[in-house]
Amino acid sequence: MRDVAVVGFAQRQMPQFDGSPTCVELLVPVFKELYEQTGWTRRDVGFWCSGSSDYLAGRSFSFVQAVDAIGVIPPVNESHVEMDLAWAMYEAWIKIQTGEVDTALVYAFGKSSAGVLRRTLALQLEPYTMTPLWPDTVSLAGLQARAGIDAGIWDERAMAEVANRSLTDAEKNEYAIRKGGSSVDELLARTMYADPLRKHDCAPVTDGVAALVLAAGDKAREVRERPAWLTGISHYVDPMGMGVRDLTRSPSAQRAGAALDLGGVEVAELHAPFSHQELILRKELGLGDDVAINPSGGALASNPMFSAGGIRVGEAATRIWSGEADKTLAHATSGPALQQNLVCTLSGSTEGKNN
Amino acid sequence: MSRTLQAPVTVAFDYTRSTGPVVGRFLSGLRDGVVVGGRTSAGEVVVPPLEFDPVTHEATTEFVEVSSVGTVTSWTWVPEPVKGQPFDRPFAFALVTLDGADVPLLHALDVSSPAEVSSGMRVRVRWAAERFGHINDIACFEPLAPGETEAAAPVAASSEPVTGVVTTVSLDYNYAASPEESLFYRGLNEGRIMGQRCPTCEKVYVPPRSACPADGTPTEEEVELSQTGTITTFCIVNVPFLGQKITPPYVSAYVLLDGADIAVLHLILGVPADEVRMGMRVKAVWKPKDEWAYSLENIDHFAPTGDPDAEFDTYKQHL
Amino acid sequence: MGKQPAAIIGIGQTHHRAKRLDVSMAGLCREAIDRALLDANLTLDDIDAIVVGKAPDLFEGVMMPELFLAEALGAAGKPLLRVHTAGSVGGSTAIVASSLVQAGVHKRVLTVAYEKQSESNAMWALSVPLPFNMPVHAGAGGYFAPHVRSYIRRSGAPNHIGAIVAAKDRNNALKNPYAHLHNEGTTVESVMASQMLWDPIRYDETCPSSDGACALVIVDEDTAKSSPNPAWIHGTVMRSEATTAAERDQVNPQAGRDAAAALWKQAGITNPIEEIDAAEIYVPFSWFEPMWLENLGFAAEGDGWKLTEAGETAMTGKIPVNCSGGVLSSNPIGASGMLRFGEAALQVRGAAGEHQVDGVRRALGHAYGGGSQFFAMWVVGSEKPTN
Repeated sequence: MRDVAVVGFAQRQMPQFDGSPTCVELLVPVFKELYEQTGWTRRDVGFWCSGSSDYLAGRSFSFVQAVDAIGVIPPVNESHVEMDLAWAMYEAWIKIQTGEVDTALVYAFGKSSAGVLRRTLALQLEPYTMTPLWPDTVSLAGLQARAGIDAGIWDERAMAEVANRSLTDAEKNEYAIRKGGSSVDELLARTMYADPLRKHDCAPVTDGVAALVLAAGDKAREVRERPAWLTGISHYVDPMGMGVRDLTRSPSAQRAGAALDLGGVEVAELHAPFSHQELILRKELGLGDDVAINPSGGALASNPMFSAGGIRVGEAATRIWSGEADKTLAHATSGPALQQNLVCTLSGSTEGKNN
Repeated sequence: MSRTLQAPVTVAFDYTRSTGPVVGRFLSGLRDGVVVGGRTSAGEVVVPPLEFDPVTHEATTEFVEVSSVGTVTSWTWVPEPVKGQPFDRPFAFALVTLDGADVPLLHALDVSSPAEVSSGMRVRVRWAAERFGHINDIACFEPLAPGETEAAAPVAASSEPVTGVVTTVSLDYNYAASPEESLFYRGLNEGRIMGQRCPTCEKVYVPPRSACPADGTPTEEEVELSQTGTITTFCIVNVPFLGQKITPPYVSAYVLLDGADIAVLHLILGVPADEVRMGMRVKAVWKPKDEWAYSLENIDHFAPTGDPDAEFDTYKQHL
Repeated sequence: MGKQPAAIIGIGQTHHRAKRLDVSMAGLCREAIDRALLDANLTLDDIDAIVVGKAPDLFEGVMMPELFLAEALGAAGKPLLRVHTAGSVGGSTAIVASSLVQAGVHKRVLTVAYEKQSESNAMWALSVPLPFNMPVHAGAGGYFAPHVRSYIRRSGAPNHIGAIVAAKDRNNALKNPYAHLHNEGTTVESVMASQMLWDPIRYDETCPSSDGACALVIVDEDTAKSSPNPAWIHGTVMRSEATTAAERDQVNPQAGRDAAAALWKQAGITNPIEEIDAAEIYVPFSWFEPMWLENLGFAAEGDGWKLTEAGETAMTGKIPVNCSGGVLSSNPIGASGMLRFGEAALQVRGAAGEHQVDGVRRALGHAYGGGSQFFAMWVVGSEKPTN
C-alpha cells in the first residue's frame, strides 16, 4: 500500500452557529487555514470528499452548496458520504491507494442546534417499530450505561472519572465548548439527569466544521517535517437492534482495533459521546492505563455532528506533527450506542504499517 | 440588528411504509393483541422478528407468539420527553424480555419516578384502546404487581394481514439565512435588489454568496441591481402540482438583471405565455408594500418593458 | 503500486414499479442483492465489504438508513459505507465500491443502491419549503425545461428530437422485464401528442417515479477468474461543479466535459463513437440524450441531435443508447445511476437478454445529479484492460 499521511487539520466549533446550515461561511476560513498549513492552493488537491447529513440541516441536498467553498471552476474530483468526516477520510484514503490521486482534502459540517438533536437522531433507528416511539439518543445511551452498571462492568464513579478528566483536559483546547473539571466527588454530587446519566456524561450539542488534508509519500514530506502517517485504518458495523446486541460491548470497535497493530500507542483520541462509551472503547481496543486518552477533552467537551469523529483524527495527527508522540490512535463512531466504528493509527514513521 | 435572519420551519410528512411479510406479521399480531417473535436459525426468539436471519441471511419464516408479560433488562429515565414519545411527562424507556422471548423489546414504561423502576422487575404490556397494526398498539409497559398476570387484549378487529404503516415524521428547525442571503432578503424588504461582487473574479452575484462558486471567495462589495433585465431562458408551466399558487399556463424564467452576472428564477406575467421570448426585456413588478417580507416573493412577477429584445449574443453565455 | 484490476461478476435489480407495496426497504434491497449474488455464484458470507448508495434521506424519512439495514444487507460484522452525491449517487456508489477493489483493500465488494419513492412524495422531499426562500413555481421538470429550451436554441434542433428519444427508450423497455414502464405502441407521434407539461417538455418525455434497487458484485482479478463473463472496469471518473455560478454553461456543463475527457483517457479511448459499442446514459428528460451525446464527446457541440435523428442511438445504430429503456422507463432515483452502470456491464458480458446489442466489447455507464453538476461515469469492457 502507498504511504499516506494526515498533513493538515482545521476546525471550528461552537454551541450555536447563527448562520446557514450549509456552513459555507465556516468552511471558507477552514480551507484558508489548510492552504496556509500546506502551502497549497485548491488546485493542488486531487480529491475532495465531504460528510454531512440532510436531516441535520432539515433539507434535501444540504451538501450541494458546500462545494462553493472550494471554488469549483475548474470542476473538481469530488464525492460525499452521508457519514462522519472519518469515513470521508477513508474514502479519500482509498482513492489515494488506487494511485489515481496523491492528495485529498476532506471536510464535514453540521448545524446540530438547528433542530432538537437528540430527537432528530431517532430517525436513524429502525423506522417501523422504533422511530415511532422517538427514542432519543440520550435515552438509548442511558439504556446502554445501565446495562454496564447492572452487569458490574463499570459504575457511576468510573463514568465521572472520564467526565472529570475530559473537562479538565478541555481547558487546554480552544475549540472545546464545555470545559472545566472539578472532582469526581463533585461531579457525582450533581443531580441525575437521564438516570443513570448526568448532564456531564453526555456530549454537548455542538455546531461546527472540520477538515483534514491527506497526502501520499513525498507530497506529505513536502508539507510537514513529521507527517502523521496513517499506518492502519479499519472500520466495521454492528446490527442496530438494541435487543440483539450486548450493549456492554462494541464488537465492531473491537474488530476494527484487532485488525491493526495497537502496540506502542501513546495517545488515543476516542469518539465517545457518552462517558461510559469511552470505558467500552478502552476495553474493546485493549488500551492500557499507560495510554493517554482524549487529551483534547474528547466528545464530552464538544461534539459537532459529522465532524467529531474526524476531529479525533486531527487531534491525534497534531500530536505526531509536534513530536509529542510517536504513535497515536484515533477512533470515530456513528449510529446509536456505538453501532459503527472506525479506528486508525498514526505514526511519526512509516515502519510497521498494517495496510 | 441580528447578524442573520432566522425563522422557524417544520419539516413534516406522513410516510407510508410498506412493511413486507415479517414486520407485517409482527404488526398484525399487535393489532390482534398478541406479541409475535421470530425464531432465528440459532433457535432464539427475537421480538420484533428480524426480517432476515443474522446467520443464514434467509427471510424469517417461523413466528412464535410470546407472552405480554416480561422482565426489565435495562432502563433509563426520560426527564424531558421530546415530541412524539409515548408520554409527554417524565417516564422510563425500558428493554423488556417477554416470557418466551430470548432478547428484549424497547418500549416506554409507565412509572412516575426512577425509584419505581429497577432491572429485573416484572412488567406487562398495556394495550392501546384502539389498535391498528402499529408499535403504538402497545401503549407502554406497566409494572406487574405480585399475583397479577397478563392483560388480556380485546379481540382482534380484523383478520387481514397488516402490510403498511403510516409514520408521521415532523421535525422543528430554526432556519437561518447566511449573512449574504440576509443582506439580500433585507434589501427586498426595502424594495431593493441587493447583490455583491466577488473580489476575485469580479462577477456580481444575486443573491450574494458566502463563497463565490468559481473561486471560493466570499462576495463582498455591495451592488444594488437594476430592476430591469433580460429573459435568458424559460419554460411554460402547463401542469398543476401540489402547492401551486398560480393557475397554469404561466412562465417560469431566468431573468438576468442589468448589472448582474447570474440570472434569478422568477415568474413572467402580464403577457400571454406563448408570447414570452428568450431575450425579452422585463421589469420587476412589486407587491403592495404592506405585503412585503424578507422574501423574493415581494416581487410579484416580472413583466415586459416593451423595449426591443436583447440580442442573443448579449446573453448567450448565461445559458 | 497502481490500480488493481477489478471486474463486475454479479448484477441484480428489482422489478421496478411505482409502488412496491409487497416489500420493506430491506426486502427491496435484498431482491437486487440476492440476484446479484446468484449471478456471481457467491453468498453474503463471501463478501468483504458493502457500499450503500441512495439519494436524499427525506425520500424515505430515515436518517442514514444503511444503519438499520446493516444486518438485513449482510453488513453486520463488515465494513459499510454510505455514499450520497444527489442523482449521480448510483454511479458514484459503484465507483467507490470499485475503488475498494482497485486499491487492493478488498477482494469481493457488494454494492447496492435503492430508492423507495412511494414512502413519500419526491416533489415534496426535493423542495421542502424554507423560510425566506421563494417556493419553486415550476415543480419537478421545471428546473430542467429552461435548459432544454436553451439547447434547442443553441443547436437549432428540430422540436421532435425529444420525442424520437422517448419513443426509442419506451420501446427498448419492452425488451427489459425489470423496467417500470412497459408502454406498448409508443411512437414519435404519440409522444408529440402527449400533454405539454413544462414547455418544451412533454409528459411522455419525462421519467416515472419508481421504487427499485440495483446491486453489483465487484471483485479482484483472482475472483473474476471464476466468472465466465466478467465485465472489466476500464475507467471511472467523478467530477463536480456548482449548482449555479456566473456564466455557468448549464447545457453543456464543464464538469461533464472534463469528466468524459478524463474517462476516455483512462480507458485509452481516442474516438468514443467508434470505440464504445453501447452506452447507458442518464436521461431523465428525453432531450438530455442529444445534450449528453455532445457533453460526452460522441458528437460535436450542436450535433448530438443529428445522431438521434438519424437513428444512430437506436439498438441497431452506431452508438446504441439506453437499450434497457433507461431512466425514462425506470427511475428509482438513488438506484438509477447504478442501473446505468449495471446495464453497461450486462452489455459487455453479453447478458442483457432481449435488449442485448451484438458484440459489445466496451460500454459506457453514465450518471449525473443536482443541477447537472455532479457526474459519475465508467467504461467497462469484455477484455481485461491492458494499461
